[in-house]
Amino acid sequence: MILELHNVEARYGPVKALHGISLRVGEGELVAVLGANGAGKTTTLRAVSGTVRRSGDVVFAGKKLSRRPEATARAGIAHVPEGRGTFSELSVWENLRLGGYTRRGNVKHEARRVFEFFPQLESRLDQQAGTLSGGEQQMLALGRAMMARPKLLLLDEPSLGLAPIVVTVIFEALEHMKGGDGMSVLVVEQNASLALAHATRAYVLEVGKVVVEGTGDELRTNESVRRSYLGY
Amino acid sequence: MLVAAFTWAELAQQLAAGIREGAIYAGLALAIVIIYRTTRVINFAQGEMATFTTFIAWSLMNHGLSFWTAFPVVLAIAFAGGVAIERVVLRPVENAPVLTIVIVTLGLALLLNGLMSVIWGGANRQFHGPFSTRTIDVGGVPISVQDIGIVAVSVGLVVLLALFFRFTKLGLALRAAAVNPESSRLVGIRVGWMLALGWGIAAVLGAVAGMMIAPVVFLDPNMMQTILLYAFAAAVLGGLDSPIGAVVGGILLGVTITLLGRYVGFIGSTLKLPAALMLILVLLLVRPGGLFGRVAVRRV
Repeated sequence: MILELHNVEARYGPVKALHGISLRVGEGELVAVLGANGAGKTTTLRAVSGTVRRSGDVVFAGKKLSRRPEATARAGIAHVPEGRGTFSELSVWENLRLGGYTRRGNVKHEARRVFEFFPQLESRLDQQAGTLSGGEQQMLALGRAMMARPKLLLLDEPSLGLAPIVVTVIFEALEHMKGGDGMSVLVVEQNASLALAHATRAYVLEVGKVVVEGTGDELRTNESVRRSYLGY
Repeated sequence: MLVAAFTWAELAQQLAAGIREGAIYAGLALAIVIIYRTTRVINFAQGEMATFTTFIAWSLMNHGLSFWTAFPVVLAIAFAGGVAIERVVLRPVENAPVLTIVIVTLGLALLLNGLMSVIWGGANRQFHGPFSTRTIDVGGVPISVQDIGIVAVSVGLVVLLALFFRFTKLGLALRAAAVNPESSRLVGIRVGWMLALGWGIAAVLGAVAGMMIAPVVFLDPNMMQTILLYAFAAAVLGGLDSPIGAVVGGILLGVTITLLGRYVGFIGSTLKLPAALMLILVLLLVRPGGLFGRVAVRRV
């Protein structure tokens, strides 16, 4: 297991958002977290990367994980947050360089791989990142994460507000990355059918708790799960 | 309204003096902008920090060191001091409201000012600079070596800083931490240390400004107070958020007030500061963001 959460709780001030979540991500797995708005999907990712205060055990690659975001990044976790976390005032190339901040030495090799997946980024290296289209920004966010060669990628709503064709490109890239590099992915998705089509396993959250878990296929074919939790 | 006789040579001389004044304002304004960009706080202690390090230079030179031997030592002390101030004084109030932090920097200014009086006394001290005050002939205009030296050192420092911010990984991380601390943490940048680094750099800029201006004026604990006001004005003129703006604003301000003081009779040397502030007021009415302040372009 690359990541294990045991009974993790998190709160925003007095409001508890996670009521004891336990989940696992295996090496090379793409695990989806599904659920309605406010179920705690985003908070689950934030609890892992340390961008929200949490209690409970988080074990990453066999070790207890720090609660400070800069330390989780250095441990090998790349978090593409809600809103993508792009440095909009900086150029595309500067964003990519920052993605590789924790890597020593030259990051040209990592950059080459990013351009293989997302060639449009290469022609816009000097452009201010904030002026990219939504789809390009999502590609940049993923590219930035790839630059760190993370062991685990935390991805928040990659399909949000994007054209279907761009969504396809992004999920294809994800499949490649986990296949080729043995990278694991924990992805939060509003679009359940899309996520389940690509996920090895999935968890369904409801008000800060895991209510269903199973493989992508199990959840997809389970009529009652589909009706009650996935809404299609 | 013009006073005395006008000569082109004198205009050129006044311009050179204005640029020299401006270079000092630019350095200090840049220090203010660097701290403002990373913490959204105006550092009211910037002037006192600069004077304090200049006093250290004075002491070192009093113990027999030459200016250029003392210079790097003082810069190193200034850097360490700036970092230490952020860690020790600012760190505990990091998440406090801006007003609280502003008061803390004001308190720091008073503290440093008092310390200087205790250690070095309040009297004026002569500070022997590295450049001679004799003039040399530049294209028919006599300009003092000191003015040229001050401008060269200030401009050199600004260019070095620009290269650092633009081309080094650490410089990029500093800029990233300033514009987006949350995302910076997610890529592994230790944002707290970047803030401290920003204070260190600001302190170095202040130290250079102090050591450059001290030979022109006299060294006393209040040396930087008026200059800091001009530097604030220069920073606002350039648009608080823009390092280039701070430098351009500083030079522009230096030249404008020098020329106004010389050629507009009723301003003279007494009304320079109000005139400068008046100018800025007018400019801000027209361009509220300052000359280089910009609204980030964003498309969703």
